[in-house]
Amino acid sequence: MLLYILRRLLTAVSVVIVTLVASFALFFLAPTDPAGVICGPRCTPERLDNIRSSLHLDDPPLTQIGLYMKGIVAGNDIETGGTVRECPVPCLGYSYTLGQPVTKLLAQALPVTVSIVIGGAVVYLIVGILAGTAAAQVRGTPLDRFTVGGALVIGSFPYFVFALLVALYATFLPESGYTSFFTSPLAWASGLVAAWLCVGVTNAASYTRYSRASMIESLGQDFVRTARSKGISRNRVVYRHGLRAALTPVATIFGIDLAFQLTGAIFTEMIFGLPGVGLLTLRAFGQYDLPVLMGGVLVGSIVLVLMNLVVDIAYTFLDPRVRLG
Amino acid sequence: MSEQSIRVPQTVTRTARQRGVNEEAYLQVTDLQVQFPTADGMVRAVQGLSYSLPLHRTLAIVGESGSGKSVSSMAVLGLHDTKTARISGSIKVGGQEIVGMGEKEMQNYRGRDAAMIFQDPQSSLHPYFTIGDQVMESYRAHNNVSRRAAKARAIEMLDRVGIPNPKRRVDNYPHEFSGGMRQRAMIAMALVNDPKLLIADEPTTALDVTVQAQILDLIADLQRDFGSAVVFITHDLGVVAEIADDILVMYAGNAVEYGPVEKILGKPLMPYTWGLLESIPALSGTPAPLHPIPGTPPSLLAVPSGCAFHPRCEFKPRVPGDLCTTLKPELIPRTADQGRASRCHLRDPDRIFDTEILPRLP
Repeated sequence: MLLYILRRLLTAVSVVIVTLVASFALFFLAPTDPAGVICGPRCTPERLDNIRSSLHLDDPPLTQIGLYMKGIVAGNDIETGGTVRECPVPCLGYSYTLGQPVTKLLAQALPVTVSIVIGGAVVYLIVGILAGTAAAQVRGTPLDRFTVGGALVIGSFPYFVFALLVALYATFLPESGYTSFFTSPLAWASGLVAAWLCVGVTNAASYTRYSRASMIESLGQDFVRTARSKGISRNRVVYRHGLRAALTPVATIFGIDLAFQLTGAIFTEMIFGLPGVGLLTLRAFGQYDLPVLMGGVLVGSIVLVLMNLVVDIAYTFLDPRVRLG
Repeated sequence: MSEQSIRVPQTVTRTARQRGVNEEAYLQVTDLQVQFPTADGMVRAVQGLSYSLPLHRTLAIVGESGSGKSVSSMAVLGLHDTKTARISGSIKVGGQEIVGMGEKEMQNYRGRDAAMIFQDPQSSLHPYFTIGDQVMESYRAHNNVSRRAAKARAIEMLDRVGIPNPKRRVDNYPHEFSGGMRQRAMIAMALVNDPKLLIADEPTTALDVTVQAQILDLIADLQRDFGSAVVFITHDLGVVAEIADDILVMYAGNAVEYGPVEKILGKPLMPYTWGLLESIPALSGTPAPLHPIPGTPPSLLAVPSGCAFHPRCEFKPRVPGDLCTTLKPELIPRTADQGRASRCHLRDPDRIFDTEILPRLP
């Protein structure tokens, strides 16, 4: 198992590197001029040149990538506007527009995104799985049809429309904003309620349908019939025998889904004013802020690759028949 | 015994007599009907089935797919979905009426008074729980004992069914067992509460022949020790001859022949049973073409009127008028022998068997 994890981590590293290089390449193909942005409105040609050389913007792309990679493992000294700043490991550079180390910016933004996504996940997993399980048990009845229909309707809404409606009309909800959990758990929670509601309700629709389908299949299995024949209680049959088996495919979907959610909570962050990684990266994109952009890409690809690995490992715990390696 | 392709071993008849059979029926099925309403119509899976089974005896229920053998047995354990199945008639197990039993009582009854083992042990055992867990679960559902005590019982049962190294194997998962071992484990799970009725639904169909023999021996062994009544569902007449005391032949949801094995297989009195015997390949003598019963079993949505077998019956012309197509025959003794019954309009089936069928059998 350990060997397997090591092998996977090695692959993970190469995937991340490829993603970084690809993003770098895309950035350079675009007609951007970060130096101009940094220089500002009253820019002289020499200042522009200074900025360019200090940021190594005139160096060939390969050198720039090399410098960046070196920074991640060994730290860098960044020269901006005459001053030299030390950039400790892992050095992801300094934001062109915000003048802050990218690592610091990411460290501030990541907990926000994680809070949104995890909180939302708790809501949609509980609601989705419970609703799906209930619907599967009363399959074919009006209650079941209503649940599936409701899930379809909610799922058909474009997410941002739903979020906007909530932001505009659900005024009974506490105002949203981010307070660190460590400062005040209560404030942290109340500032996120609206976001959790959005993420929770819209995703609950999909998870209801996944769980329902998985449960229906699970309850039709021979081992459920055997369980019933043993005379154990109905609840035990449905939950311990049926749901346990039904959860495995749902868990795998969740694992991959979570990765995408962590990297793409942009709408939620924008609409509710929560300064997460998505918002950070989006702004960087608009301002040609390469280091922040690269930071966002790095975080995204690491999360995705890690979640894939976590899901695969979790599978061995969920299903004893699965052996990795 | 006469030369037939099925030789009923002497051991079966001797043991039956020896056992001093208890004639009080533990399982009494009376006029059982099971129907399923579907979009295409009412599927009449079981129509008016009646039989009885005392303790210490083994009844083999034989029939093709769609004869109703599995459906009727699942009804005995109350495993049908009450929302979709229409069950009427009476099933009495140890005096308890199963048809219409409430869910709570049903849970007490299942696994304790009656248990079932299924055809495919691979899919019938939960893949995520150890064998020990699953056996213990059955035990703890009906006995208030600690986990330790339940585990000891599970190990004891695994040992009893012939699984080597039970202390270690009790913590193995089903996929870590071979096919035969899995079926033994399922038997252990079914018998852990010492149920007086065991229903085995084609337990050896998914196993190879050598393993099949071991499982059959095991079931016979356990029956001797536990004194249970065993219903054995199968389509294999060889298995029937090995282990059954009584045989019930089913066709299109009805019993068409019923009685002690040596009588029914020694001298069947119903054309369907003749067809079954004739279709068995001869394993010695000159190679000859196979003689299947022509046609296929009817759809249970549209069972033929009168006798359900008449479209395929070679002897229909021997019955005067259109009796076979209009009147469903009763399941009654056809000969002076009251200990057996068959469902057919033929006037002289025993003569037909002696003169026409017997010579045809290999």
